[in-house]
Amino acid sequence: MTSITISAVRPRTSILDKSLSKGKSEVSLSCYALLFSELVQYCQNRVYTVPELQNKLAEMGAEVGHRMTDLLVMREKSGKREVKLLSVLLFIKSTVWKSLFGREADKLEHANDDDRTYYIIEKEALVNKFVSVPKDKGSLNCASFTAGIVEAILSDCGFPAKVTAHWHKGTTYMVKFDHAVITRDKQLEDR
Amino acid sequence: MSRTGARLDAKKVNSELFTLTYGALVTQLLKDYENVEDVNKQLERMGYNMGIRLIEDFLARTGSGRCYDFRDTAEKIQSGFKIFLGITPTITNWSPAGDAFSLCFETNPLTEFVELPDHCLNLKYCNILTGVLRGACEMVQMEVASWFLQDQLKNDSVTEIRVKFVKRLEDAIPAGED
Repeated sequence: MTSITISAVRPRTSILDKSLSKGKSEVSLSCYALLFSELVQYCQNRVYTVPELQNKLAEMGAEVGHRMTDLLVMREKSGKREVKLLSVLLFIKSTVWKSLFGREADKLEHANDDDRTYYIIEKEALVNKFVSVPKDKGSLNCASFTAGIVEAILSDCGFPAKVTAHWHKGTTYMVKFDHAVITRDKQLEDR
Repeated sequence: MSRTGARLDAKKVNSELFTLTYGALVTQLLKDYENVEDVNKQLERMGYNMGIRLIEDFLARTGSGRCYDFRDTAEKIQSGFKIFLGITPTITNWSPAGDAFSLCFETNPLTEFVELPDHCLNLKYCNILTGVLRGACEMVQMEVASWFLQDQLKNDSVTEIRVKFVKRLEDAIPAGED
């Protein structure tokens, strides 16, 4: 009797049958830096302007972010998700940063004049370590990639925001939450 | 171990960041190119660019000199994988002439979390590695060719890269430096 092929690949063990990696293994920084450099060059060849390039980098960062959210929530928080704005920011500053870059982000600040805006500050961003920005692209910050990661994690956690990377005290990620997020968080506080 | 070696070795990054960044890159390539074969080619080219620079890092760290024979080269490639990706592939299946061998990988940080969907069966997900080998060897005057014989992502029990010596490259003087 001939069988009907549903999928060309016969599953041996699905990826979900394997135990979750502990996230302790490492690769060399030069290897990562060169891979990142290829990624930036590839993006650069497909766009015309600096903002376009940064958007492209952020898009690719988002791919990383979406996957990190589930991974970290499962592994580091045993499935529990943060519901408060400040906790989710601290989760990013410490847990996310530690697992991705080996240490916490340097600072988390709240803008004085705008309750929607927060800053995550990093003196030396890992992805920027070997990047020298050409003169004609002064504003380019390749940490837009990281900004994309953060933005994806925030939105997956239910805190939609716009995250951008800027040259300020090293690299500053500006996190601007949607109005709805702030309103909801205030309601939580009032209860 | 030399002092410089220890200093350089300290620089490591989490392999998950590496895995996911590579995954994002491959995903983007699949979106941008219609043909999976083109994605394979592009990955190889990127690997080549990395290889020609990675070899310097390798030489700086290991201080190794010229290879005596291709077996020597195989061992150095193996140690390169250890240094850069933290994995040690086994060297097997030497050709009788000693000009080709296989690298077998039990684990591979590039493929952690990866499953290939059905329409990507022709994708050589790790093709960047063959490019790295070609680029790195070219910078030390060796032309090698490499390709995948087995792939864990396609349900083989190991991932096997065949590496073949093609020829020795003659010293070429860089343009403008005669």
